[in-house]
Amino acid sequence: MSTISCDEVARVAALARIDLTDEEVAKFAGELDVIVESVARVSKVATLDVPATSHPLPLTNVFRDDVPEPSLPIDDVLAAAPESQDGKFVVAQILGEE
Amino acid sequence: MTDLTCLSAAALADGLAAGEYTSVDVTQAHLNRIADVEPAIHAFLHVSAEEALAAARETDAKRAAGQKMAPLAGVPIAIKDLVVTKGLPTTAASKILEGWIPPYDATIIERIKAAGLPILGKTNLDEFAMGSSTEHSAFGPTRNPWDLGRIPGGSGGGSAAAVAAFEAPLAIGTDTGGSIRQPGAVTGTVGVKPTYGSISRYGCIAMASSLDQAGPVTRTVLDAALLHELLGGHDPRDSTSLNEPLPPLVAAAKQGASGDLTGVRVGVVKEMHGEGYQPGVEARFNEAVAQMQAAGAEVIEVSCPHFPYAFDAYYLIMPAEVSSNLAKFDGMRFGLRVEPREGPITAERVMSATRGAGFGPEVKRRIILGTYALGAGHFDEYYGAAQRVRTLIQRDFAEAYAQVDVLVSPTAPTTAFRFGEKVDDLMAMYLNDVATIPANLAGVPGISVPAGLSDDAMPVGFQILAPAKADDRLYRVGAALETLLERQWGAPLLTQAPAL
Repeated sequence: MSTISCDEVARVAALARIDLTDEEVAKFAGELDVIVESVARVSKVATLDVPATSHPLPLTNVFRDDVPEPSLPIDDVLAAAPESQDGKFVVAQILGEE
Repeated sequence: MTDLTCLSAAALADGLAAGEYTSVDVTQAHLNRIADVEPAIHAFLHVSAEEALAAARETDAKRAAGQKMAPLAGVPIAIKDLVVTKGLPTTAASKILEGWIPPYDATIIERIKAAGLPILGKTNLDEFAMGSSTEHSAFGPTRNPWDLGRIPGGSGGGSAAAVAAFEAPLAIGTDTGGSIRQPGAVTGTVGVKPTYGSISRYGCIAMASSLDQAGPVTRTVLDAALLHELLGGHDPRDSTSLNEPLPPLVAAAKQGASGDLTGVRVGVVKEMHGEGYQPGVEARFNEAVAQMQAAGAEVIEVSCPHFPYAFDAYYLIMPAEVSSNLAKFDGMRFGLRVEPREGPITAERVMSATRGAGFGPEVKRRIILGTYALGAGHFDEYYGAAQRVRTLIQRDFAEAYAQVDVLVSPTAPTTAFRFGEKVDDLMAMYLNDVATIPANLAGVPGISVPAGLSDDAMPVGFQILAPAKADDRLYRVGAALETLLERQWGAPLLTQAPAL
């Protein structure tokens, strides 16, 4: 069992795209340690010969006929956007500088 | 409190059908009650008075014109603020969605509107349904009507408190690890987690998609059956929706109301009571089991040896799914957008700043835990192992249901705790769900019905679990227990709640 360091929390938070303060990083490191320690026994009880279950009931993918259906009006959708222009979402720069 | 707010949904529906009062009368009575008690309870994040009265007038006009009405037409309802409502604010009790007005309705909201139920407003919850007390709401906690110093359970504490405080006869909840049943238990109300896929989740903001299920929050078992029948049935917009008819739920509740349990095999789960359960909770549970036995039920002790590991599997699977589902809250298309205070303004840095500012501590904790558990080097040890435990839990259920018709346990290990009592002790907080989690992992349905008061004069919940797609058994056995206990008490449990 590895101990979860502050560096590890900062690394995972960056992967999850969540800015954390130094105080939050330190607090979560301690808390996540407690949680992970207490749930780690799952790896002891479920041996590898037990199949994994991802869903509670058997599910198969579903399809529908490829028929166009009405979509939400663009203006209604953009009304909830932080910023929009010319019928599109406005977002910050996505690609790095050349 | 007027008489109209004290009636069950079934009684209100009868009175409306008989023309004794109008939906406007009923809706206005509940809005008045909301105005009176909300300063103390804070069950609602948003009250939609005008819209509710407009819907009530429309229902009254249809009824006056002689149109065929749905069974609950005109009976008002409160909606957990995790369910998307067109034109009404939907926040999931999070700053990241503050001010969002959705452009569409969840399928269950469409069904509620089509059936003519006025929507009173949106109820409080732990942020994104993550918690057992509403203390994680970004907009302040809801207080338990039985004792304003105590939590109403969670995550659906707002819906449960609204129903317990007679602010609404009906409410909608969602249950990922107990968020309908545990609040029901600690507020003396009825809460049902239906079979996975029994009620559409289209438009219910997802927490953990393999566990989430919407369901009824009510004061009586019959009311829950009526609401379940209204909400349930196949929805082509939800790919996990069961494509088969519901079993007859209202009929099962009516059959159970006689109190007769002859021939019903009831399994007491050895691993879900006793040690770790408050003595008053254990006492009410054992008394209720004895009542069921006296009413003809065959009571058998069954063992589900892997249930003690359900909690551990849940706290890996749930955060893993949370970390994936909450990726959509990125400040791009809806909700909050925050720009970084320094450095270049890129989309990625806007995402991180928005999520850092918009999510509360419990949401951040679970996303980070889930991202960690799914990460390279940990996946098999945590998430893979948790999914194998899930198989073991399902096998335990299958073996138990080979011997009995329903399984029973206390719904929660304790009564409602005081505000702040567990907020700094994560594991103590998470253990509130220890008895409710196995049902979510296996997709089976469960109900919590009031079982009396513990030594601290706070309500205790009795949980009944049935096999998948046999939700009718919850209503049959739940209604019977309700009848047996109310005979003993002389009146519904909520009549013992202190005046607000």
